Amino acid sequence: MIKKLLPAVRGYEKQTIGASLMIILEGVLEILIPYLMTKLIREGIEVADPRMNVILTYGGLMILMAIFALLSGALCARLAAVAGTGFASNLRNMLFRKVQDFSFANVDKFSSASIVTRLTTDVTNIQNLFTILIRMTVRNFIIMITAFCFAVAVNARLSIVFAVAIPLLAGIMLFIMIKAHPYFEKMLAKLDLMNARVQENLIAIRVVKAFVKGDDENVSFEDSAVALRKAQLAAERIVIWNNPLSQLIFYGAIIAVCFFGGKLIVGGRMGVGDLTGFLAYIGQILSSVMMLSMVFVSFIITRASQKRIVEILDEQIDISDDGADPELQVTDGSVEFRDVDFSYSKNPENLTLENVSFSVRSGETIGIIGGTGSAKTTLVQLIPRLYEVLDGQVLVGGHDVREYKLHSLRDKVAMVLQTNLLFSGTIEDNLRWGNENATQEEIEAACRAAQAHDFIMSFPEGYKTDLGQGGVNVSGGQKQRLCIARALLKDPKVVILDDSTSACDTATDAAIRSALRTQLAGTTTFIIAQRIASVMDADRVMVMDDGKLVAFDTPQRLLETNEIYREVYDSQMRGGEEE
Amino acid sequence: MSNAPKASERVARGPGARNMARFAKPKNTKGTFLRLIKYFKPYALILLLVTVCIIVAAEANVFGTAQLKPLVDDHITPMLENGATAERWAAFGRHILRMAIVYLVGVVCVFLNARLMLRVSTGILLDIRKEMFSKMQKLPIKYFDSRTHGEIMSRYTNDTDSMREMLSQSIPNLIDSLLRVTSVFVMMVVLSPALTVITVVMLVLMILVVKALAKKSGAFYKKRQAALGVANGYIEEMAEGQKVVKVFCREERINGNFAKLNDDLRRAEAGANTWASILMPIMGNLSYIQYAITALLGTLMVVAGLRGDYPALITLSVGSLVTFLQYTRNFSRPITMMSQQFNSILSALAGAERIFALIDEEPEEDEGTIRLVNARLEDDGSLTECEERTDVWAWKAPDGSLTRVRGHVVFDDVTFSYDGKKIVLDDISLYAKPGQKIAFVGSTGAGKTTITNLINRFYDVQEGVITYDGFNIRDIRKDDLRRSLAMVLQDTHLFTGTVMENIRYGRKDATDDEVIRAAKLANAHSFIMHLPQRYDTMIVDDGENLSQGQRQLIAIARAAVADPPVLILDEATSSIDTRTESLIEKGMDELMNGRTVFVIAHRLSTVRNSNAIMVLEHGKIIERGDHKELLNMKGRYYKLYTGAFELS
Repeated sequence: MIKKLLPAVRGYEKQTIGASLMIILEGVLEILIPYLMTKLIREGIEVADPRMNVILTYGGLMILMAIFALLSGALCARLAAVAGTGFASNLRNMLFRKVQDFSFANVDKFSSASIVTRLTTDVTNIQNLFTILIRMTVRNFIIMITAFCFAVAVNARLSIVFAVAIPLLAGIMLFIMIKAHPYFEKMLAKLDLMNARVQENLIAIRVVKAFVKGDDENVSFEDSAVALRKAQLAAERIVIWNNPLSQLIFYGAIIAVCFFGGKLIVGGRMGVGDLTGFLAYIGQILSSVMMLSMVFVSFIITRASQKRIVEILDEQIDISDDGADPELQVTDGSVEFRDVDFSYSKNPENLTLENVSFSVRSGETIGIIGGTGSAKTTLVQLIPRLYEVLDGQVLVGGHDVREYKLHSLRDKVAMVLQTNLLFSGTIEDNLRWGNENATQEEIEAACRAAQAHDFIMSFPEGYKTDLGQGGVNVSGGQKQRLCIARALLKDPKVVILDDSTSACDTATDAAIRSALRTQLAGTTTFIIAQRIASVMDADRVMVMDDGKLVAFDTPQRLLETNEIYREVYDSQMRGGEEE
Repeated sequence: MSNAPKASERVARGPGARNMARFAKPKNTKGTFLRLIKYFKPYALILLLVTVCIIVAAEANVFGTAQLKPLVDDHITPMLENGATAERWAAFGRHILRMAIVYLVGVVCVFLNARLMLRVSTGILLDIRKEMFSKMQKLPIKYFDSRTHGEIMSRYTNDTDSMREMLSQSIPNLIDSLLRVTSVFVMMVVLSPALTVITVVMLVLMILVVKALAKKSGAFYKKRQAALGVANGYIEEMAEGQKVVKVFCREERINGNFAKLNDDLRRAEAGANTWASILMPIMGNLSYIQYAITALLGTLMVVAGLRGDYPALITLSVGSLVTFLQYTRNFSRPITMMSQQFNSILSALAGAERIFALIDEEPEEDEGTIRLVNARLEDDGSLTECEERTDVWAWKAPDGSLTRVRGHVVFDDVTFSYDGKKIVLDDISLYAKPGQKIAFVGSTGAGKTTITNLINRFYDVQEGVITYDGFNIRDIRKDDLRRSLAMVLQDTHLFTGTVMENIRYGRKDATDDEVIRAAKLANAHSFIMHLPQRYDTMIVDDGENLSQGQRQLIAIARAAVADPPVLILDEATSSIDTRTESLIEKGMDELMNGRTVFVIAHRLSTVRNSNAIMVLEHGKIIERGDHKELLNMKGRYYKLYTGAFELS
């Protein structure tokens, strides 16, 4: 898993290595200071005649080292910050670019919320791990080894204390943290449950109040809050052993060093100064061991984040135009389906579209109707190759869609999706998605066709009106019309409206259709609609049922021959005729 | 001896980001703190124990370290100089044992402290959460309408979390650190006042450094938050609109935009992280500089002591020097720790302040006294109150008199505004006789939903009166008023739980049979039977696993189970396709039969058979009448009906 994340270091190798070197320097200096202190006492004081120059040399050296340690420590903090944020930035870019390569099928697999989590929270988790790794691992490893060497150098026999203390401490820490980890996961699950309860009450506060359920909600909230407390206690009860046990080992080591060290000193095999140094090493060695265990633990804790990120990086993109002819352009709006089978799960046993064949001439207006789940949307999404057919062929302008570069194909096949999304920015910014270089006249023409020009001009800022995130300032019908205008700006050969006028009144709906007919006469138009009126004046209408194209004919003839069409027609037109 | 770093602290707080200082400051630090103290009251006894434990643990550490000097000076040095006897070895052993016991007591206290504090902190959190939630239930709808969900949610998440951190870690650590610093300082003064002066000078220097760094870091932190907000917003928007991006082939441009935002974020973050993480190495190494200076001067003092012709104030024994140096290390660590705790305590207090603000909100006022009771209709036509559920309800006035609930609702010159500025309903008068169906039609913002908000007193009218069976609705207890109305809202919200539980939400004591009957009435039974566990199927995430239409059917069943005299349907069938709607028409008719019904609908086929239809515009009723009358008027309703006008 780590291997896949490593490329994100690119561009920050120097800082990464620099930070590690600086931290090693700091660590070594910090060990040398107490070592010098030992020497100072042994060579400066414990001799018969204290020598001033020795004391001053060692003392001055210590101060100098401390100053250098400070500088290298600060430099490391800076380098690590640059490397860590650079790493995160690269990682975000890698993920973001990968997501941009996703096909619709890939996008369907990950919800947008989960993509956001991966790009934000998960990246932050990995970034923290990375910073910890470069700042902590090397440093503590070096401190542990060096301090241990010095300890052995001071007195090898006394160092046996560490042979007991180190594995004991590391073992206990890892045991506790690894044992506690699943309990913390459980605690977080309970926390989510409780928060979900609160969220539900916030969203549905009108329901709660209308049904006078406040007291019941209090009880069920209390249940989840108590459950959370229990889970937290269960988890923390394990973790609180950490401090006392590590202190016990730490104190135990001190006692052992004092006892055996005292014997060694009296026995003449060790100086008094050595004892001080040794005691300092205990602190250094044992806290490094703890830090290293921590690094290991955070590695385990972030494993879920690592996995989620690698999942995106590893995702197989199922639509590619690598083999396509870069020169090939869509020259006319004819569309043909030849025995097309399609399945979202790529499973021939579970077909969403089954054996669909039809041919549409350039410039025709085609209506599509059918019940929910009859695969109307699926059908049209195959035209700009948003999904890949399982079997058969889709041809646009006489060529298989796979022969075009995706960019060339989608530029000429404009699709207005059911989910009408506008982005933050002005109306004009949004319209320019269709054509970056459109002139004001072109923009206005498209908006007139989509019946959007008038309401846009009714805003004080006109085309410069700011839409805010998600386009909150316009009504549903207006949003739909902006989305249509945005698609028309592409100057496409094929336009697909997927239930794109559902929030507009029937008069506007009709005006849009008539504009399409007159202003984009040569453009093939597909209109998916719930309203029968929206397809009644189409050249031909497709009737979809359960993934099959059951009829494809003029509206007049369908009324006579097709039962589904007639049923929908009757249920919608009945009301009007009654009066 | 240097203290072992606290393991739990690091893991629980998480590495990096959360360690980064947050810079929210409470407005009234003292008041908030004192109020928070009150929550500790029930745990006073435990807290006393905790305090004892903290003191003992801190002192044990200091005293244990203090034993080092006599160990060298009184036991080891004499044995070196005068030879080791069995007696001296025994004394040496006893001394070591004493140290061990002191340390052991310290360790036990550390454990007890953690264990007891855990009980206190989780207990207080539970108390605060409960108080907050039950208070939330009492707040008026206005409170929820004027705030985003995220804003209220963060009281439960961020604010409570920082409070948890403060209670379980920051405060105990702060006390602990404070104790350690004080005791170490006292010991240092006792050992050598002269060397202590160096420590004080360094301490002042450290405080100045921390202050300067905090200031610097605060500015960078703000920049980082701003850049983070922009980048995350972009990520969210593009993840949401990924399919649009594909359709318009905008991938390259989007990548470019993001790369720029991402780089801005990187720069801002690198700055913020530098200043946030530079504190530790600087503080740590300042203490090493102090160590080195102390060592040098201390050695000189020892030498001076050996020469014997200097005043006692500036002389030192070797043992004292060794011990003093250990204290030097022990002194700086809690200082660094305190400087970190301080920020998190401030931001936790800011969170606590926001939580208290929620708890202090004015609750929904309810001056009503009339109650809703079950009643039995006696043969002579009089009413008697009864416990069991009958088909008859009665209003019970404070004097005990009973009036049968019929569902006669009258609006008399009602004027209303949400904000006191923009009039939403302007002098509305209307009546609904028992059993009538009244419909409201009009654009968004015309005031349709406001009318229903007033009937159930989510909001109170400012001018005019609404009466219910002759009583001013202000005189009816709110809970009872709402119990007499059932609502089906446009945005159907379901709760985590089974389908059965969700329908039963309408009436707690409904039997399974009654629930199923209601589901059949709403035409929900057939799709429920197709769910994997039928009525026991879990509904999660506000019914994400159901279609909007199915959710509305469940909401209708929920209202049917409640079985109230008055029904409010606010776009109740808007997401149900025309075919299904015609299927549930019979059920809806049955549900509405004998009840007063208020209907708001976009789709005119839903309101056609109403007794009266009100066409609202800008808070006024511009047309009223039944379907036929309105069509004959050839006004707004006619235009809507013939599709010449768009409702937005």
